[in-house]
Amino acid sequence: MDNQNNTLLEMKSIRKDFFGNQVLTDINLSLREGEVLGLVGENGAGKSTLMKILFGATDITETGGYDGEIFLNGEKVSFTTPFDAIAAGIGMVHQEFSLIPGFEATENILLNREPKKTNVIAEIFGERLDQLNRSEMEEKAAQAIEKMGVKIDQRMRISEMPVGHKQFTEIARELSKDQLKLLILDEPTAVLTEKEAEALLDSIRGMSARGIAVIFITHRLQEILSVCNTVAVMRDGVLVETVPAKDTNVTEITKWMVGRTVEETAASTDVHTDEHQNTILKIEHLWVDMPGETVRDVNLEVKEGEILGIGGLAGQGKLGIPNGIMGLYNAGGQVTFEGREIPLNSPRKCLDSAFAFVSEDRRGVGLLLDESLEWNVAFPAMQIQNKYLKRYAGGLIKWRDEAAIRAVTEKYIDELQIRCTSSKQNAKELSGGNQQKVCLAKAFALEPKMLFVSEPTRGIDVGAKALVLDALKKFNRESGVTVVMVSSELEELRRTCDRIAIVSGGRIAGILPASSSVEELGALMLSQVV
Amino acid sequence: MNKKIDFREVLQRSLVPIMFIVICAIGIPLSGLSVGYLANEIMTRMGRNIFLILSLLIPIMAGMGLNFGMTLGAMAGEIALILVCDWQIVGIPAMVLAAIISVPISIALGVFCGSILNQAKGREMITSYIMSFFINGIYQLVVLYMMGSIIPIRHGSIKLPRGYGIRNTVSLLSMRQKLDNLIPLTVGGVKIPVATFLVILVMCLFIVWFRRTKLGQDMRAVGQDMGVARDAGINVERTRIISIVISTVLAGFGMIIYLQNMGNIATYSSHSQIGMFCIAALLVGGASVDKASIGNVFLGVILFHTMFIVAPKAGATITGDSMIGEYFRVFVSYAVITIALVMYETSKRRKKKAAGRELQDLQGHGGDDLRTADLGTL
Repeated sequence: MDNQNNTLLEMKSIRKDFFGNQVLTDINLSLREGEVLGLVGENGAGKSTLMKILFGATDITETGGYDGEIFLNGEKVSFTTPFDAIAAGIGMVHQEFSLIPGFEATENILLNREPKKTNVIAEIFGERLDQLNRSEMEEKAAQAIEKMGVKIDQRMRISEMPVGHKQFTEIARELSKDQLKLLILDEPTAVLTEKEAEALLDSIRGMSARGIAVIFITHRLQEILSVCNTVAVMRDGVLVETVPAKDTNVTEITKWMVGRTVEETAASTDVHTDEHQNTILKIEHLWVDMPGETVRDVNLEVKEGEILGIGGLAGQGKLGIPNGIMGLYNAGGQVTFEGREIPLNSPRKCLDSAFAFVSEDRRGVGLLLDESLEWNVAFPAMQIQNKYLKRYAGGLIKWRDEAAIRAVTEKYIDELQIRCTSSKQNAKELSGGNQQKVCLAKAFALEPKMLFVSEPTRGIDVGAKALVLDALKKFNRESGVTVVMVSSELEELRRTCDRIAIVSGGRIAGILPASSSVEELGALMLSQVV
Repeated sequence: MNKKIDFREVLQRSLVPIMFIVICAIGIPLSGLSVGYLANEIMTRMGRNIFLILSLLIPIMAGMGLNFGMTLGAMAGEIALILVCDWQIVGIPAMVLAAIISVPISIALGVFCGSILNQAKGREMITSYIMSFFINGIYQLVVLYMMGSIIPIRHGSIKLPRGYGIRNTVSLLSMRQKLDNLIPLTVGGVKIPVATFLVILVMCLFIVWFRRTKLGQDMRAVGQDMGVARDAGINVERTRIISIVISTVLAGFGMIIYLQNMGNIATYSSHSQIGMFCIAALLVGGASVDKASIGNVFLGVILFHTMFIVAPKAGATITGDSMIGEYFRVFVSYAVITIALVMYETSKRRKKKAAGRELQDLQGHGGDDLRTADLGTL
């Protein structure tokens, strides 16, 4: 690989912020022709944003573009749509498949770039009435598949293919573009079997030999080491290390990925780790069909009165666990609470069993956006537990007890420091952090025995974060409510929880005390990634 | 190609046709109608209806479901026929001229309908259904008030006595069955409208050819996944509008063929149920919301109209009241559409359940098929 001296791509001091929230800071990256670059980092480290900038994704342009310069073959480029990027020779294979299910592989590979034969009618009515040249399509698709080096049946329909072949069809589609110089693969091996992943790595080596540069994003560090020339590690929007792959190892990369430059926050000091606590909730063989967060086989015991953290990379299934138990997605398995089995797929039964759930989807599931805070706080309690109601005629007629509703709302506004004009303000007028506090207040008002909290600090600022976490902890310690908290941020799990379960590949990879080091937890996160 | 035929899937898809075959098999002997009469009737109705139903195929291909947009095309065809009738043109030239006049009206209505349906993706069927009522209002405005006052109508026989507006019935005696009888042929007492079938044949060839064009391929792509098609650079909105325009234009032609067979226009009601009956016939032929073929059209017309012919007679034999049969056939067309819609939803839900089962099966194998920890020992 000595002939790879021409610089293909250069990214210079790339910066990007989303509405003042800095997500990329001074990224400098260069790539030679035929070079394979492994890009690693935790979720939220900025990998996807960086690739979106390179690929001209519209959500970048719509949020004010980016700072810095990109040079492709020495020429300054700035793509505003993916089509510009494709024309310039950049191809990208996304994590989600972008294939037409009822089409054969050939048709998908050449989608909207089909070779055509013209005819009389097309001469009159325009070229869209050209006929497709089937034989040439088959030929071109075959060439692309040959280039990829992995054999797939090009006449097979996508809907009948195993996932791995779908992935290869996508890659073949990029390879069928003659102008392709740089291919971005976003976690391509996530859906592949071991054998297929091996074939893909070979195929990447083949592309590299043909002079196509590859940016390879994956959580499987072994793959990076085996196929890449260079490894780039990102963390918190900064490119922390760029080293030749042969000079590093898995341990080192993991450390760069999760290690904090800032002083590590101390783990929670006030930890309950009593081995003899009762098991209050027992989860056996749980599977949940939540798109993008599939849970495969989770076995977990939650102790009475503890805060159990559930961590893991995005897409590994941690969000699926509470959503599945609460019946929001199709689920199966066995969940036992205080010795009684809880039926799945039935939110009402869960709520009746004194479960409460603070969803990660605040605006969609969590709040009645067009209603007042009072309504938001009291509604579930009123609906499920007949609280805040005045009864007449022996319970036949129920009236809302406005005074009680106001009192409880104001109590939580005070306690959680919800910033609002009054308890009558509409929920949608609050900021993200305050909306999250309303969601918590709503769950607290239910006075549950078991509280599930999903991503409680997503999208809220640092001050609010601390407050939300403290409120949770206080609620747990003072009223003895068992809490299961799902979060992508290890730091906040370590700070708040008693024990931390790490989900990887839809299974529990391990449970550690909150005092464990970030490195230990990080290694578990990557252990069974699929 | 590796095609395993799933027996249950095939049965599921052909549930409605099988049901109708059974209904017809019971109904034909009960009705006491002769085979010759039945054959003649079905032949006539095939010539009358097939072209109209074919106009439904292209929107289905583009993923716009069972589309009532064709009703708009039918109105365009009627307006064209009324004008041609007033101009005293007769025979085949009249039909050709009416077809030409209907095209710009159909295109305008199609573009309008397509643009609105682009705002209501996923709810095309109900949106187009309601829109057909709305356009019916405009049609009435044109025919009832503007024709004779703004649009010159000279001929007294089609104008209302008050001087403007069109009569309830417009006679098409001048072109009645002119196309059907263009090439006369009778086989074993059954009259076959050869020329009409030739037109239908050309239309079928067009549809087969169209599927192989770039535009046809784009429509299939858009029909299956708009997001993917858009990412590939296909102009999704435009493609959808074109599919509706093709549908309305073809429905305009179809209506002209339909009405030349009938021999008169029921000015205010000819088009009102045409969409419903066409869609019902197509579904009876085994089509679904997202899949329909030319074969479905032919089978559907034969089965649906056999029932249409047989039901009143069979009803009269059983209950002594022919109104029962009349009621039965209207009720059945609504039932068929309902069943087809419900079946479409249940099959979608079944697929979702199958995904869950797969997950459960995966548990049985432990983690064998998953990659075991590369880094587990770290």
